[in-house]
Amino acid sequence: MTLRFAGRALATLWSNGKARIGLVVITMIVVIAVFAPLIAPHSPTATSFPPYRNPDSVNWFGTTGNGQDVFSQVIYGTRISLLVCLASGAMATVVAVTLGLIAGYRPGLVDELLSFVNNLVLVIPGIPLMIILAAYVQAHSVWTIVLVVGFTSWATGARVIRSQASTLRTREFVTSAVFSGERLPRVVFREILPNMTSLVAGSFIAAATAAVLAEASLEFLGLGSPATVSWGTILYAAQQQNALLTGQWVLILTPGLAIVLLMTSFTLINFGVDALSNPKLREKS
Amino acid sequence: VRYLLRKAVLFVVTLWAAITLNFALPRLMPGSPVDAALGKLASAGVPITNAERNAIEVELGVPHASWFVQYGDYLRNIATFKFGTSYSFPSQTVAQTIRTALPWTLVLVGVTTIVAFVIGTLLGVYAGWRRGTRADESVTIGATFFGAFPPFWLGLLLLYLLAFKYNWFPIKGGYNPGTSPNWSPSFLGDAAKHSVLPAVTLAITLLSGWVFGMRNNMINTLGEDYITFAEANGLRARTIALLYAARNALLPNITAFGLSLGGVVGGSVLVEGVYSYPGLGNLLYIAVTNHDFPLMQALFLVYTVSMVVAIFVVDLLYVRLDPRVRQ
Repeated sequence: MTLRFAGRALATLWSNGKARIGLVVITMIVVIAVFAPLIAPHSPTATSFPPYRNPDSVNWFGTTGNGQDVFSQVIYGTRISLLVCLASGAMATVVAVTLGLIAGYRPGLVDELLSFVNNLVLVIPGIPLMIILAAYVQAHSVWTIVLVVGFTSWATGARVIRSQASTLRTREFVTSAVFSGERLPRVVFREILPNMTSLVAGSFIAAATAAVLAEASLEFLGLGSPATVSWGTILYAAQQQNALLTGQWVLILTPGLAIVLLMTSFTLINFGVDALSNPKLREKS
Repeated sequence: VRYLLRKAVLFVVTLWAAITLNFALPRLMPGSPVDAALGKLASAGVPITNAERNAIEVELGVPHASWFVQYGDYLRNIATFKFGTSYSFPSQTVAQTIRTALPWTLVLVGVTTIVAFVIGTLLGVYAGWRRGTRADESVTIGATFFGAFPPFWLGLLLLYLLAFKYNWFPIKGGYNPGTSPNWSPSFLGDAAKHSVLPAVTLAITLLSGWVFGMRNNMINTLGEDYITFAEANGLRARTIALLYAARNALLPNITAFGLSLGGVVGGSVLVEGVYSYPGLGNLLYIAVTNHDFPLMQALFLVYTVSMVVAIFVVDLLYVRLDPRVRQ
């Protein structure tokens, strides 16, 4: 049942030209992340090469100031970057769905309060807030970034889900479910939630896209975990070693390009998801 | 008037909540910033006396007084712009440091937001109007691609290409070292030259949001009956697109204008850091690298308060633009 549903959703996405490109690219990125040890020719952390090498046949993207192979770092970095963006996207979505459903289904004081908090978080500039939070938390690990990004990027999604929930609340099928004696959790999770799957998916993808950028920004500022290799930390290391002054622009270009590819594919998929929830946006075929 | 009153009350409450959040954040965090600050001093080889420890504690707001007293002191300090001294710029108070940096960021962020808004909206109108065509496809895919550029990354690339390699633009700062800010034409020209790269970087990465927003609004508006009616009346396509559809499609984009400022501000932090542009973002960049909590906290306050004010202003503008909300 769920499998057939997922298959149908995928087929609908596939029929959208932009989403199709996005799906192909993201599959490639996932494959790279999973098979990183097979693809990368060297260890990402071993300092076994001469430092500051320009790209050649051994080190395709050159080496860092510590003599690490940058190509292998970018390949391995896919794992952490993908993990962080999916985990914080999922976390933001859980918060967004929970708060959005409660606010949408409980009009009055609860809704007013939650909407106020929602608007407040929406108003506070995200990147500075994340920077402050990450700077205060002294222990820098991958999970710090996930927590910080996850807990700060739910506001947009929560607002969309709230308004959808509050319109669904007054529909006949929900009223009849309430009158037939179904309990609140069942009404919310079995009747209302399935009717906004595309919105939930949309806000997950949007949150994950924002998380890619947020992660890279925090790590570029040196707030990431120094022990792990991700696209953001490669950029941080390159900037620390003045890669631009030494002419090693490849060190900057390649991890950034990977970030751009990941974010582009997410956004392209979201075009397909948007078309699912808003038929006006569908491509004429 | 009811609407305005409601907005004004909401504005005051939001402002209060933002200020209080700024008070609560450092106090809720695990590990005390005071210890971090003391550790930093200790590692620099500075002997720490009891008096010094006390001074730092009062500054970062972790004295032995109750939260209630601390909150009162905090509000009083904000009202009088007392944010203490930072370790990054020990010769100035934080308030002075911020005051010299603020105009740079205001001009940079203001100009780039408006430029990105105008260009992005026009592209969005065009893409929505020619929807489904090659032109639409290339605008949307192009905007998706450029919108995915991390601003600081694009900044680094442009810096390398246009400043290091070809020397078309200065490498860092907001004006030539050796000159000091004044209103003479030569200084303004110099400052403008320094701000081209940061501004272009920000504007390119901001475009996509406006393009998508406007394209979606256009498509929604083009389905309305009055557009069909205008077409049936034989009006020229350009007239319909610009005067009938785009004007109405613009409204939701204006609401988005206020909220989008948050993104601009976020992008400007790292871009200013990359270019060492003398604005607030660069200060935050320095504060983070130095673990300079007093400066960080004051900057965050400035950011949130200006966002709240900006959104309030956009709300007021909206009332003037859309007669429906006035009722």
